[in-house]
Amino acid sequence: MRTLALLALIATPAAADEIWVTNERDDTISVIDADTLQVTRTINVGERPRGITFAHDYSVVYVCASASNAVQVIDPETGEILHDLPSGEDPEQFVLHPDGKHLYIANEDDAITTVVDVESRTVVAQISVGIEPEGMAVSPDGKTVITTSETTNMAHWIDTQTQTIYANTLVDSRPRDANFVKDGKELWVSAEIGGTVTVFNTADQTELSKIRFEIPGVLPELIQPVGFVLTEDEKTAFVALGPANHVAVINADTYEVERYILTGRRVWHMAFNADETKLFTTNGVSSDVTVIDVADEAAETTIAVGRFPWGAALRVTD
Amino acid sequence: MIWWIALRAIMAREALRFVQQRARFVAALVRPLIWLLVFAAGFRAALGLAIIPPYTTYISYETYIVPGLCGMILLFNGMQSSLSLVYDREMGSMRLLLTAPLPRWFILSAKLVAGAAMSVLQVYAFLGIAALFGITLKPWGYVAALPALAITALMLGALGLALSSLIKQLENFAGVMNFVIFPMFFLSSALYPLWKMAESSQLLYRLCAVNPFTHGVELVRFALYAQFNAPALGWTVLALAVFMTAALRGYDPARGMMTKKG
Repeated sequence: MRTLALLALIATPAAADEIWVTNERDDTISVIDADTLQVTRTINVGERPRGITFAHDYSVVYVCASASNAVQVIDPETGEILHDLPSGEDPEQFVLHPDGKHLYIANEDDAITTVVDVESRTVVAQISVGIEPEGMAVSPDGKTVITTSETTNMAHWIDTQTQTIYANTLVDSRPRDANFVKDGKELWVSAEIGGTVTVFNTADQTELSKIRFEIPGVLPELIQPVGFVLTEDEKTAFVALGPANHVAVINADTYEVERYILTGRRVWHMAFNADETKLFTTNGVSSDVTVIDVADEAAETTIAVGRFPWGAALRVTD
Repeated sequence: MIWWIALRAIMAREALRFVQQRARFVAALVRPLIWLLVFAAGFRAALGLAIIPPYTTYISYETYIVPGLCGMILLFNGMQSSLSLVYDREMGSMRLLLTAPLPRWFILSAKLVAGAAMSVLQVYAFLGIAALFGITLKPWGYVAALPALAITALMLGALGLALSSLIKQLENFAGVMNFVIFPMFFLSSALYPLWKMAESSQLLYRLCAVNPFTHGVELVRFALYAQFNAPALGWTVLALAVFMTAALRGYDPARGMMTKKG
């Protein structure tokens, strides 16, 4: 048995990191080799997969199968669905608490944020939030979780000790995504219809700044900020602008837009590779993933994936 | 030695013409720049639809149109330089040139090479200005483009030479504009990718596909991204051979128009 295991180890070459992309229309995940930029695997999952995140140790991957009303837990090695988590109705996005144990899930249809213990596979709490909750974020210290509600146009500040809302802040129309920035001192929220990213001071939930976008030759109503990510040093932010088919590059200190990068159509979300030299964007309508060279701030190549790619996550393999 | 002197003299004359007619140089640069900065601006998102080689991702129309505009410079310049032979003929300086104790093919080739060199210089001037407006390529693309530009410049210059042997008066240049330059430019992949043409008309698509200018532009387009396009090179070289043969026949005292005119 031991020899077998050893043989298996020898036979498997050191695998490269991967980018996992959920395909909303195909009910699959496309796995992209982060080095060769080829799709190496396509994994069947539940219906309408959207949010995707890996466990902190990359032992499992969690996927929101929105139309299956489940969060699926998948073995990243085999692609096998291990089990479903009770997630509540229509899970769209979620965030894994720094403790690695609690998953905060936005239930779009039920106006609820569900807290699930991934070990005991039980619902710990359900928190009533605004209508159509979507964006989820957790502070680095784990004390605050944010849910943004698309129709109520609010960011809800949830205390993770008591699982209750301690503050609500109005943001621009249709908030889609949220992230804590600068050691949790700032909270950034993107607003799809408002066309902005609002920066909040987390200490008192006041607005610090508002980032606006303008692309020459693109109609303002097409500029719909959705997903965004920041580099590890938190100096640069990349914001996906939906049907504007561009990603904005933002100086996170001055909140100035420095550049717009052309991607495929309807760009939703993004993931970096491990050393943050490349950024992978999911292009929902053109059904592909654009790879951005982070240093050059320019699109490098575009890879065809399944239909309507939505979420993206990095899997570190060693 | 005398070959070298002749080539140098023809080169010097071409360069002199180039330097002295500064208006022509400016015009040759302004034309593609207007296309790039005005025309392309209106089509910014028009091509964000499909990815065709040599591109690996979505590109803006400005990026797409650059190789075509390089081709435009080569086309206009090639025609102008070769058609200046008509002027030379009218003015009598051609008689002087042709009395040189050298084979005619060499004199014509020297003229062709000199014209092509000027064309390529102008393309690099254009690429330089385009870079100032933020439309840049990878560094090695500029290097790899040189042979592609040279071959395309020779091919278009040879076409001009062949035409110039048929044209009696300089006034006919307008006819060349209408019946050669414009159709060649518009019925090519310079402004729109061929698949876009195929979408609207199969006939137009076929015309574009056989147009040697299309292949010249594609050769340059691939080279600007440090990629090699063998079919484009093949068709461009073939067109060069055909045009050059036609030009040599046209200027052959035994056969061409020259004898008839005395």
